[in-house]
Amino acid sequence: MKPRILHAHPGIGPKVTGVALVAADYFSARYDLDRIKGVFSRPAHKLYGQPYVGRVLVLLGAKGGVATSWMLREMSERGLAPLALLLNTANPIMAQGAAFANLAFLDRFKGDVTAAIRTGETVTVDPVAGTVTLEG
Amino acid sequence: MRLTDIERAMLAGKLGEPRRWAIEQQMRVGRFFDAKDFVEVTQVHLMADTESLGDSGVRFLEELAAESEAERRVRVPTVTDPRGIDFAAYKRLKQTERMADLERRAIAAFRAMGVMMTDTCINYQTIMPPVRGEHLAFGDTGSTIYVNSVLGARSNFEGGPAALAAALTGRAPRYGYHLPEKRRGTAAFALKTRPQSLSDWGAVGGIIGRKLQSYWQVPVIEGIEEAPTSDELKHFGAALASFGTVALFHMVGVTPEAPDRRRAFGRRAPPRAKPITAADIRAFYGSYGAKGDKLDVVVFSAPQLSLVEMQSLAGLVSGRRIHSGTTLLAATSPEIKAACDRMGFTAAIEGAGGIVASGVCFYQMHAREIGEANGWRRLMSNSAKLVNIIGGYGYEPVLATMERCVDSAVAGKVL
Repeated sequence: MKPRILHAHPGIGPKVTGVALVAADYFSARYDLDRIKGVFSRPAHKLYGQPYVGRVLVLLGAKGGVATSWMLREMSERGLAPLALLLNTANPIMAQGAAFANLAFLDRFKGDVTAAIRTGETVTVDPVAGTVTLEG
Repeated sequence: MRLTDIERAMLAGKLGEPRRWAIEQQMRVGRFFDAKDFVEVTQVHLMADTESLGDSGVRFLEELAAESEAERRVRVPTVTDPRGIDFAAYKRLKQTERMADLERRAIAAFRAMGVMMTDTCINYQTIMPPVRGEHLAFGDTGSTIYVNSVLGARSNFEGGPAALAAALTGRAPRYGYHLPEKRRGTAAFALKTRPQSLSDWGAVGGIIGRKLQSYWQVPVIEGIEEAPTSDELKHFGAALASFGTVALFHMVGVTPEAPDRRRAFGRRAPPRAKPITAADIRAFYGSYGAKGDKLDVVVFSAPQLSLVEMQSLAGLVSGRRIHSGTTLLAATSPEIKAACDRMGFTAAIEGAGGIVASGVCFYQMHAREIGEANGWRRLMSNSAKLVNIIGGYGYEPVLATMERCVDSAVAGKVL
């Protein structure tokens, strides 16, 4: 099958390939994660209980406070970060955190990225090109 | 991005490694948001609690602080958000020596950089309120939304590393709420009932925040017949920012950029206003309710309490006794704590068995670890922001008025 390519605004961080974890929900490292166990810990979150480490997280947008800007780097250094973060709409905190952590990060897709990718699919995220390639 | 001579010098490392790192970090973010250049800022508010920083963040600060004094000093007045430890209270709260050590190291690094350790999220009430049109780099959602909306100043959410970078360079990428055209209303809400308490105002912020969920949306609130107080707007804005990642609101007839409905929206046609009713507020409380449950901890925090809130709390607990199975904790800024000591409010709260913590905020105090150490699960607060955050830390939160929180703390169960 031919690979599908999704287009976004050029992003931040390195080119990476990994397995997607997708939900029509929002993201904050402080509000939503147990950053010791590496799982979503907020009971109301659609990914509650799911491990996120090393996954390409695909979510609607950012939520809540400013702590994610520090936390992504700390999570990376402890081996407890997602591989990449894809959002329909970013806020400054996610961009600042991705820049500080050098985490692959994209937003402003043409269409709803949470509807275009399914959990378990392998994707290649290219922040310089602003693309996500879904392996066929 | 277009750079001035001094910005090019920073990028080339001619003003030292801290400023080179800082402007490079800012340019990555600026390009992401299509900023054409930088804008100079006059104040920085820096969020850097040690739970967020972690070991790696503190090591990063120490590396910057080890540079020469000329290269590591901040270029504009820089103040701090609440910290994770109150050294006068941390043992009572069963925080660990490891947490305290991390805190001491972070404080030493910040002091070496010339950062003023104000340790407050209500700096707009207690330190230096910004003025209309002033460009800032504020790093707490509650402080940012307040100064943007209530005071007419201009800032994006500048999270910890971004605020630190702004402090070192004296500027921020010019995008988002630094630009007048981005500050116009995009959504409308009509308040059909007058909120009666701080928690009601927080509930209204939470209700609107749940409906928005994008940083780039600017809600306009209509139907305010009497100007809210600073504390009411503080709770409203903090909840709106927390539930909706919103950084700016307008309140018609109240906030400076919305003298009337037309000007709140600029050239845009105002959308139809969605009503917010008393039933909506009751339903919001209902989503955080648990009457009859044993109550572990009551928290007044997020945002830190003003002097007026501390006076209210002191009056409510005076002559009563907090239940032995329940902890009552109130967090305020060091300046307000000193005033409370002087005016007898601290003595009244602690005399009833409560704890007054200074320079901290509950969710920034390693909330998961202290919850486990103290056996806290059922938490009650009058802060809509706090109940929104704290579920992810393993707590079961209840939202109620300050009066009901105090009555419940005395009873030892959720009333």
